[in-house]
Amino acid sequence: MQSQATYNYNVVRQFSIMTVVWGVVGMLVGVIVAAQLVWPELNLGEWLHFGRLRPLHTNAVIFAFGGCALFATSYFVVQRTCHTPLFAPGLATFTFWGWQLVIVLAAISLPLGLTSGKEYAELEWPIDILIAVVWVSYAIVFFGTIAKRKTSHIYVANWFFGGFILTVALLHIVNSAAMPVSLTKSYSAYAGVQDAMIQWWYGHNAVGFFLTAGFLGMMYYFVPKQAERPVYSYRLSVVHFWALIFTYMWAGPHHLHYTALPDWTQSVGMIFSLILLAPSWGGMINGVMTLSGAWHKLRTDPILKFLITALSFYGMSTFEGPMMSIKTVNALSHYTDWTVGHVHSGALGWVAMISIGSMYYLIPRMYGKTQMYSVGLINTHFWIATIGIVLYIASMWIAGVMQGLMWRATNPDGTLTYSFVESVKASYPFWAIRLLGGVLFLTGMLIMFYNMVKTMAGEKAYEAPVVAPAAAHA
Amino acid sequence: MDINDLRSLVTVLGLACFVAICIWAYSRSARAGFEEAARLPFTDDDAPALSGGRHSKEG
Repeated sequence: MQSQATYNYNVVRQFSIMTVVWGVVGMLVGVIVAAQLVWPELNLGEWLHFGRLRPLHTNAVIFAFGGCALFATSYFVVQRTCHTPLFAPGLATFTFWGWQLVIVLAAISLPLGLTSGKEYAELEWPIDILIAVVWVSYAIVFFGTIAKRKTSHIYVANWFFGGFILTVALLHIVNSAAMPVSLTKSYSAYAGVQDAMIQWWYGHNAVGFFLTAGFLGMMYYFVPKQAERPVYSYRLSVVHFWALIFTYMWAGPHHLHYTALPDWTQSVGMIFSLILLAPSWGGMINGVMTLSGAWHKLRTDPILKFLITALSFYGMSTFEGPMMSIKTVNALSHYTDWTVGHVHSGALGWVAMISIGSMYYLIPRMYGKTQMYSVGLINTHFWIATIGIVLYIASMWIAGVMQGLMWRATNPDGTLTYSFVESVKASYPFWAIRLLGGVLFLTGMLIMFYNMVKTMAGEKAYEAPVVAPAAAHA
Repeated sequence: MDINDLRSLVTVLGLACFVAICIWAYSRSARAGFEEAARLPFTDDDAPALSGGRHSKEG
């Protein structure tokens, strides 16, 4: 009976394919909004206006691209490291179709202007309820699989995935609490500064758990797998996990520096953000050092290039983040393009690179192969994407610091040196460079899409047999 | 007892808990288990040719 059982690859395959599809779509919308900043004439009508497309871009890349990547990898990793097929396969199928429905509803409702106005939580209440149902199903499938595992240990990647699933459920349900007035309009259950604090408790932990813990789960499985050696220090990974869990929850107030939020709360947020540097760098070092003794593999293996470059960007942006949370630095950086640059160094450099690397590992295995159609194209993708990110974040740093300096500059008599529109004018060249960076990154995704289609062409879906836990041979 | 005493208590307990986890993680007794756990990704080979899976459905 054991030899007949197969892992549930179907749902992993579906989510993997949609990761690439939504990656292309989400980044295309990103390129469009970047172009709208350079050429305002591109704001065609109210539906395709920047203000409506921008949340579509963020939702598509975070929840559609990133979300599908997380579903695919967590379902794959939990099955293979627990040596058992997914618990409740019907429910797993439901999470796929339910999540796709959420994405389609977002793509319709956001351009129509239906929004609750909370950043990264814009979707209106009926969609929020659907998200909650899908997410609870996801938790049942994931933790049910862990419960019926055939191994005594729960591998560290599953701890990160599990932490991410539980926390996102909590964040989403608390922050989305609202009073509906009609099918398409609701008001937050919270008022005033409490509402702002809950929103940024949610917002920063969306970064900390959706965009960090989940992707660290990917890192702790796919980096050792691709490097063919166990993680550098397992106990460091345990401390890494608990340190993130204990500190991330408190960092949210740094989004509300110099607002009506009590000053002490801002200081708590700043201090916890600074503390976060330690576990973040511990995790980065742990991932990178997994390659120690096998550095030569970086020269020839483009998948490892993606994974290790992702960790480098993780290190960079988790250094930059704590610095920007310092109040005096934030006074310069907040509301400028520096923030946009920081976010994209994390989102493109860390989240997208680690997902892309993991997908290049996963997709061929879904069709009974060990390699993509073209390894050369993976390498091309890597270099185009890297150049795109560097152009993107460098231009946003320069534009951001320039905007911050222009906005705070005063004449001897106390009047402002520059009007706001002068800072907009000065930003144009950098917005054009950013657009170029975005186009390059999107081009890389299109190459990936082509490579995926060629890998799948003529192949039948593969069902892998469940293997009994065997002695390690690494 | 004031609600703020409870808040302080939770914070202190949180820190104590974290310190205890660190001590445990670096203790000798946890070592063998960690080494076993670290090998988990390698206890099954997902190379399709070796594990003898089947192509069952249309892709």
